[in-house]
Amino acid sequence: MRVACLAIGLSLWAGLLMALEIEDHRVYPGTGADTLHILSTADLDVFDPYLRAFQTRRPGVTLDYTVVSSAQLHRAIRDGARFDLAISSAMDLQFQMANDGLARDYTSDRTAALPDWARWRDQVFAFTAEPAVVLLSAQRFHDLPLPRTRQDLITLLRDYPERFQGAVGTYDVRISGLGYLFATQEARSTDAFWRLSEVMGRLQPQLFCCSGQMIDDVAQGRLAMAYNVLGSYATDRLSQESGGPVHILRMQDFANVMLRTALIPQTADNTAGAGAFIDMLAELALRDAAGDWPLPPLRQSGDDPPLDFGPIRLGPALMVYLDPLNRRAFLDEWENAMEQR
Amino acid sequence: MRVQGSIGRRLTLLLAGVAALLSVVSWGMVTGFARQAAERTQDNVLAASATSIADTLRTEQGEVRLELPYAAFSMLGAISQERVFYKVTANGELLTGYDDLPAPPGAPQVHRTGDGAVFQTDRYRGSDVRLASVTRLVLVGADPVAVTVTMAQTRDGVAQIAGELSSLAALLSIAFFVVAVLLSAFAVRASLAPLNDVALAVSRRGPSDLRPLRRAAPAELEPLLRALNRLMDRLGQSIRRSEDFIAEAAHRVRTPLATVRTQAEIALRSVSDEDEKHRLRRIIRAVDESSRSAGQLLDHATVAYRTEHLAQDRLDLAELATATLESVKPTAAMKDISFILHAAPARVAGDAVLLDTALRNVLDNAVKYSPDETDIQVVVSSANGFARIEVCDNGPGFGAASARHLTRRFQRGDNAQGIVGSGLGLTIAKDVLTAHHGTLELGNARNGRGACVSLVLPLA
Repeated sequence: MRVACLAIGLSLWAGLLMALEIEDHRVYPGTGADTLHILSTADLDVFDPYLRAFQTRRPGVTLDYTVVSSAQLHRAIRDGARFDLAISSAMDLQFQMANDGLARDYTSDRTAALPDWARWRDQVFAFTAEPAVVLLSAQRFHDLPLPRTRQDLITLLRDYPERFQGAVGTYDVRISGLGYLFATQEARSTDAFWRLSEVMGRLQPQLFCCSGQMIDDVAQGRLAMAYNVLGSYATDRLSQESGGPVHILRMQDFANVMLRTALIPQTADNTAGAGAFIDMLAELALRDAAGDWPLPPLRQSGDDPPLDFGPIRLGPALMVYLDPLNRRAFLDEWENAMEQR
Repeated sequence: MRVQGSIGRRLTLLLAGVAALLSVVSWGMVTGFARQAAERTQDNVLAASATSIADTLRTEQGEVRLELPYAAFSMLGAISQERVFYKVTANGELLTGYDDLPAPPGAPQVHRTGDGAVFQTDRYRGSDVRLASVTRLVLVGADPVAVTVTMAQTRDGVAQIAGELSSLAALLSIAFFVVAVLLSAFAVRASLAPLNDVALAVSRRGPSDLRPLRRAAPAELEPLLRALNRLMDRLGQSIRRSEDFIAEAAHRVRTPLATVRTQAEIALRSVSDEDEKHRLRRIIRAVDESSRSAGQLLDHATVAYRTEHLAQDRLDLAELATATLESVKPTAAMKDISFILHAAPARVAGDAVLLDTALRNVLDNAVKYSPDETDIQVVVSSANGFARIEVCDNGPGFGAASARHLTRRFQRGDNAQGIVGSGLGLTIAKDVLTAHHGTLELGNARNGRGACVSLVLPLA
């Protein structure tokens, strides 16, 4: 009987997972019967230390970690998939889920210690502040001055079109939730964004779904430049993999800072486990130095340059670009800029 | 007199009640205002947000176009962490937003300019939400299309702000109430103080002080003071009238009595029958007593009259005692009683007539209660700022009963049977001494035989 139940449960679970476009999946077996289902956009190689750290604290809990895209994550939670914790880099989608009542309240001493801007209604909790950066292949830039602002970048791209033709990469904002968030926030904050997009569009840019491939391509010299890459991923990936030297630049005129957030969906079964995980993340979020962790804390003392633009604000304004009309209008404009045939 | 309640307590309770009522009313009002203010703030922000979206409405190629300005949403997140919902409809058809968000009630009210927002409160997704709707007419070709922009927000923050302000107001109201009660208790005490002053002034007065009260008093107490003064005036007049009457009566009785006594003495000398002589002597004794009583009544009236306007003559008690003894000697001689006087000068201030009356009454008593052929010691001395005339006899002394009640009017000792007397003597002496700020001391002689009466009064 129990075996039958387990079998039915597993097949249901498999059916649900199949509906998702899963990028990666790993189970960390625990010693007890408790299981914590985590749906996340963070790659396993980045998030593995966090999962292991949690299991050191709670050896009894089995961790079931599924990696999906932010859009997939949003759809899964919206459709009522049974996960205990949703961790995403797409702040806007996370916010909208909480706004629409798909998240549960959670409060503890740890979450209360988070600054006000790092939590929303005790439902969405930010635990990293990750800047967007520009990656440059050192080999292709060896005789060029390193750009400090978008204007510098525009000038470089204009002056050396032959060198960058087909060798500029950025997110395809139509499929990447994070790319869309970075693009919309940047368009709002600086008029250089559209000019840069126009210039990039003329160079037949390569469009990517995710940071990983872009970083690898720059490291291996296939790309001269990757624009709006998640800095934390770049640092982490470049530190462990061999490849050509890469410059990681933070633009001085404006830089997006994304907050990676966690929330407990209404459909969660193991809310206690999810709360404990959030507590651990909140604790790590307030540490002073980056340390050995792959993802940076909310505030970094040794930042150069410091995060003086401040993170993207966790608030209803995030919903503006999620509106279908606005999204359509933005994507039309983006496509016009990027796809100049 | 029946004590029924207390003006002070009633006033305090009344004022405390008023303060409590005001506290509750002010708490209610502040709570109401706080909620209104919080709600109005939210309404204003919602209306501004909806208006800024409506301002982007336009037509492009026969279609209604709009965009959601960033500010329209960021302003909603600026004040509190409320959940935000929105909806834009054209002629009832959804353009964008949350399709199931409640529509504004009634027909759409079109305002081309200004706020013109319609507000409502409703339930949406398990929460109370406040909705602001702005409707604009957009011309699509030739047809006007009514486009309604609705912005909605949950009200948790409003409730929280109102709740916080309400508890703050409650605390303030309680503090106000406590302070008001303390202040009203103080105010009641202060305003009742003149009443207590008057009561104290009246109760501090001597028993025969019937002068009118002359003191500043609040207007409310004036009728009471006037009534009191009138009452004392009437009382004084009535006492004076009765004393006049007594003095007149005593005087009128004494004169015929003297005649009767003279006639009886003449008769005593002219008869020889022992029985008749005996009878006549009894008549003379009874006449003497009556005359003495009438004299005392007269004395009493004199004392009552003179103490009201006490003279402050300087006099020597030794001289006074000597003179008084002379006047009593004839009576004493009838019983073969002699006086032994030890007088040292003792100067006092007072009314010579009254002091003479007092001493005479004391000596009269001593003579009356002394057995025949005995001595009466009279010592005038002064010590410790007080002058003293001590009169000691060899009579029966004061009985076991307290000597104090003997100084009451018409009160006589329990061993006074068989001796005629009015019981006024010691009362007169005491009244005189009290008027002179002195005392009358009664006691038995140190050798255990006879009574000692001392007149003590301060030296001048």
